[in-house]
Amino acid sequence: MIRFSHVSKAYPKGELALKDVSFRVSKGEFLFLTGHSGAGKSTILKLLYAEQRPTHGEVRVSGFLVSSLARSEVARLRRRLGIVFQDFRLLEDRTAEENVAFALEVTGARADTVPTRVSRVMTQVGLASKMRAFPSELSGGEQQRVAIARALVNDPPILLADEPTGNLDERATRGVFQLLRDINAGGTCVVMATHNLELVRQTHYRTIELRGGEIVYDSAEEQPLEQEAL
Amino acid sequence: MRLLVREALLSFKRAPLLSALSITTIAFSLFTIGLFGLVAINMRQALRGVESRVEIVAYILRGTPLESITTASQDIAAFPEVASVDYINEEQALAQAQAELVEFRDAYRDLAVNPLPASFEIRLKDGFRDAATVQAVADRVRGFGFVEDVRFGREWVERLDRIRAVAGLVGVVIGIAFAGAAVVIIGTTIRMAVLQRAREIAIMRLVGATNWFIRGPFLLEGALKGLLGGALSVTIAYAAYLLFRANASALSELVFFRPYHVGLGLLFGVAIGLGGSVVSVGRHLRDV
Repeated sequence: MIRFSHVSKAYPKGELALKDVSFRVSKGEFLFLTGHSGAGKSTILKLLYAEQRPTHGEVRVSGFLVSSLARSEVARLRRRLGIVFQDFRLLEDRTAEENVAFALEVTGARADTVPTRVSRVMTQVGLASKMRAFPSELSGGEQQRVAIARALVNDPPILLADEPTGNLDERATRGVFQLLRDINAGGTCVVMATHNLELVRQTHYRTIELRGGEIVYDSAEEQPLEQEAL
Repeated sequence: MRLLVREALLSFKRAPLLSALSITTIAFSLFTIGLFGLVAINMRQALRGVESRVEIVAYILRGTPLESITTASQDIAAFPEVASVDYINEEQALAQAQAELVEFRDAYRDLAVNPLPASFEIRLKDGFRDAATVQAVADRVRGFGFVEDVRFGREWVERLDRIRAVAGLVGVVIGIAFAGAAVVIIGTTIRMAVLQRAREIAIMRLVGATNWFIRGPFLLEGALKGLLGGALSVTIAYAAYLLFRANASALSELVFFRPYHVGLGLLFGVAIGLGGSVVSVGRHLRDV
């Protein structure tokens, strides 16, 4: 599903954001990326959705060779990904429902299928009763659920989440995290960058820890048998 | 397509002030061009009146047989540049002189012999009244053996040529300058709209909208603003035209644009609106 082979990323000033990073993620897997700010978590995610290109190495995502993807192919790649951010990135002047529908419409979905698909995914994230609310009328946790609904509405095989609970209180964090676990249980591969070690410890999901742009720990490597099976 | 139109119209609703501002700027830029155009077409109209008076007069030797004159008249009328040839015989020339030159009326009345020669008055077709053509036609007419002399207001024709050339050049230069300014202004207002919606564009890109899908509404918006600005400028220009015509009796013969000029103006508005948006949206999408 995802493969990083000897990936390095240098910024224009020459400092390295990632140094020779290699790992694979299988279909349906849940992966935590942890580490301090600036460790390289977000860079990995940006490389995954082709916001940035690696300086060296190869990045493959869902059949796309991202490291040498044509500009025109970026949109096609992103339709196969759901992306969620710490700051939700909702359009303030549109209702929850319109925010989700927007993601379908811009990808050219048939107009008559939009309402059904939107209400299905809003139910899935537990916001069926707040479809007509504007982001400013929703709590942080609810806004993040709308963002997740928007990410899921195109049925992507991979969901990327960059600090999705970073702006949420403890209760909302638990709710959003549970939602991501449910989504993963449905077969969607989830890659979640976080520095909330509490969440990481709660579960036995695979964890990659980054420090200074390098992988310093990968829980999958402690279980060589499982790695073989992947 | 429906989405495209909806998003383009939404941007008007979301930023009414900015939209009104850009339409007004476009309108005034186009109005300035239009005003100059109006001056140009009225000047051309006035020049056309003067031009039509450009004529070549060929004086005919006394005693030339009438058959030769008739044949020559037909020959000259068949020149591609010539609109009409009038033969003025000696008596007609005298009558004309008596009528036009009032001061000499008495002198002409007492003449025993008519001193005035017969002549051809040759008028040229529209578009052939420049100095070079007039000269060429005059030379050809001089070729007839019985033609004693050929006169035409050479200096006057050349001066007319210069006025026309300068007016045309000034029109083109000022037109280009204002069109350039309008493109920059539209580009800037569209860029402001793009920046205002940078967040939305970023989200569109994240969910997999193609660049053309993102550009579409902005381009339509630019074209619409150009069209509305064009329509507004035509309205202002028409108001200005009516005002001039009503307040200056000397300008009562002023003409306004023909419908196809108005169509061209609107099309020009759309073109600069579209041009401005293509440039600024393209640049912004490359930056992101």
